[in-house]
Amino acid sequence: MSVDGLVCRDVSVMLGSHPALVDVDVTVQPGEWVGLIGPNGAGKSTLLRAVAGLAEFDGEITFAQRTPKPTDVAFVAQAPLLPDGMTVAEYVLLGRTAHLGWLQRESASDRQVATSVMRRLDLGDFGDRLLTQLSGGEAQRVVLARVLAQQAPVLLLDEPTSALDIGHNTAVLELIDELRRTDGLAVVAAMHDLTAAARFADRLTLLRRGEVAAAGLPSDVLRSEVVSDVYETPLTVAKVDDELVVLPARKTVS
Amino acid sequence: MADGVLPIAAPDELDLSVDRAFRVPMGAVIVSVAVLVAVAIYSATSGAANLPVGGVIATLLDKLPLVDVDSSLSARQESILMQIRLPRMVLGMLVGGALGMAGAAYQGVFRNPLADPYLLGVSAGAGFGAVLALGFGLDVGWGPFGAVPAAAFLGAMGAVGMTTVISRGAWSSPATLLLSGVAVASLFSAAQTYALQQLNETRAREVLSWLFGQLNTSGWGQVAILGPYVVVCGFVLLATRRHLDVLRVGDDEAEALGLNPRAVRLWTILAASLLTAAAVAVSGLIAFVGLVVPHLVRLLAGSSYRVILPLSAVSGAAFLGFVDVWARTINAPAELPVGVITALVGAPVFALVLWSGARKA
Repeated sequence: MSVDGLVCRDVSVMLGSHPALVDVDVTVQPGEWVGLIGPNGAGKSTLLRAVAGLAEFDGEITFAQRTPKPTDVAFVAQAPLLPDGMTVAEYVLLGRTAHLGWLQRESASDRQVATSVMRRLDLGDFGDRLLTQLSGGEAQRVVLARVLAQQAPVLLLDEPTSALDIGHNTAVLELIDELRRTDGLAVVAAMHDLTAAARFADRLTLLRRGEVAAAGLPSDVLRSEVVSDVYETPLTVAKVDDELVVLPARKTVS
Repeated sequence: MADGVLPIAAPDELDLSVDRAFRVPMGAVIVSVAVLVAVAIYSATSGAANLPVGGVIATLLDKLPLVDVDSSLSARQESILMQIRLPRMVLGMLVGGALGMAGAAYQGVFRNPLADPYLLGVSAGAGFGAVLALGFGLDVGWGPFGAVPAAAFLGAMGAVGMTTVISRGAWSSPATLLLSGVAVASLFSAAQTYALQQLNETRAREVLSWLFGQLNTSGWGQVAILGPYVVVCGFVLLATRRHLDVLRVGDDEAEALGLNPRAVRLWTILAASLLTAAAVAVSGLIAFVGLVVPHLVRLLAGSSYRVILPLSAVSGAAFLGFVDVWARTINAPAELPVGVITALVGAPVFALVLWSGARKA
């Protein structure tokens, strides 16, 4: 296997005295989307934070065979803080932080990058809007613009669509999907919506209490008995129009 | 792909909004500098001896190298201007600018608009030091530093140092730092009150008048003490203002963006505390400037710290310069403590701005 992409090997994280991750292996190649799934508290966010350098870990995390830097991996928290009084253009420009020295200010080329990603995400007319005046879907696009302005080849997304309705949810995921296909971005996304995970991710890693319970193609991981066991509730995996759909199983009346 | 960043095609021209992002609005700069100049002229010409505006300007121009202007001021008037009026005005402006900028920096670093420069115990520590020097004759003066400024400065830095020790250098946890600051400030306030109670009435009165803040100065000595701190700390703070904007998204995201939030907090707090301690050492405890000025700037000129920091310095200088004219003229020849007037003027203005903002929201 190529070692160009992001490689996590035997990654363990302790939060206090509680093991949040135990010997987790995940790899993702350029242009690939890996979905992290699992119940609340399974360690999805912790893994993303370790890769982003926000959590101490044991084991090995490399990108292109070296320790990933903010210019390699861009991270978006589950509910990104949108500061009061900050405009969309300013927020997108913050994505350039990793490219600036301590005493440097944004150059014309940094501003060009911001302009370019804003146009690309149809935010050209949004630049002067305040972050606090955006709808959920708009805000998510703006956050993506900030992430793209970072020009990192790996995107780490923690529940990128948790606050969106089904229409905007799909639109944002399709946008991410398009970006990774055209730009060869590697995407690692923690996802709660298993049906969306099945549709968009190339591979899934199912976590349970900090350990990998299953990993592989969506069709291999999303099997009724596996997910029912991990989520500790009866789930049915069905096929609709050739796509996997995960549903809570009907309660059987005995 | 593996080495290097994603290519992004450069557009022909920038979007205006991107071009404007984080830029200091020229209009606000011009207005605040103009206000500062107006305050300077008002201050230089007002007082027990009224000096004519034209004469003051001519005298100052004459002091510039290679400029030769005849001034209408008499020798006595000129010495009042150069030895009494100007030193006091410049001192007031330096103190106001220092407190305004330090307040803005604290607000940025704690991501809290209620933060002020006295938060980590600077004021209580300085007060305690001043009580020991004024009331008990403690003399830690050294070189050009008099006993009271030196004691106040050491007290202030001691308190901030204690705060960081108690919080175990929790540079990633503003709340821990704040709470440690509260504990240290209470301790020093109690010590100060106790010490004050041991003094006789005359001494106590002297200490109280220091605590209320005063800009009594003759000559340029105190300006010379404070000046270097303003230059050095001002430079450090202006250098960190871009980072304070990144910090607004929270420590985690800021770190993922490539910033080290702990380093930013350490440098900013260090520079802002040093600046505040130096200002307090020469002027006593001047209330409200460090809280209100950055807040007003934020409401009027935007929320980016790249704007707030320099404009808070200019506006703080103008505000304290203006208020000090009142302090020395309203009840002349007696002086009012300038710290009392900053609060008397600042509180209602602040309340009015908050009130009108709350109505809009």
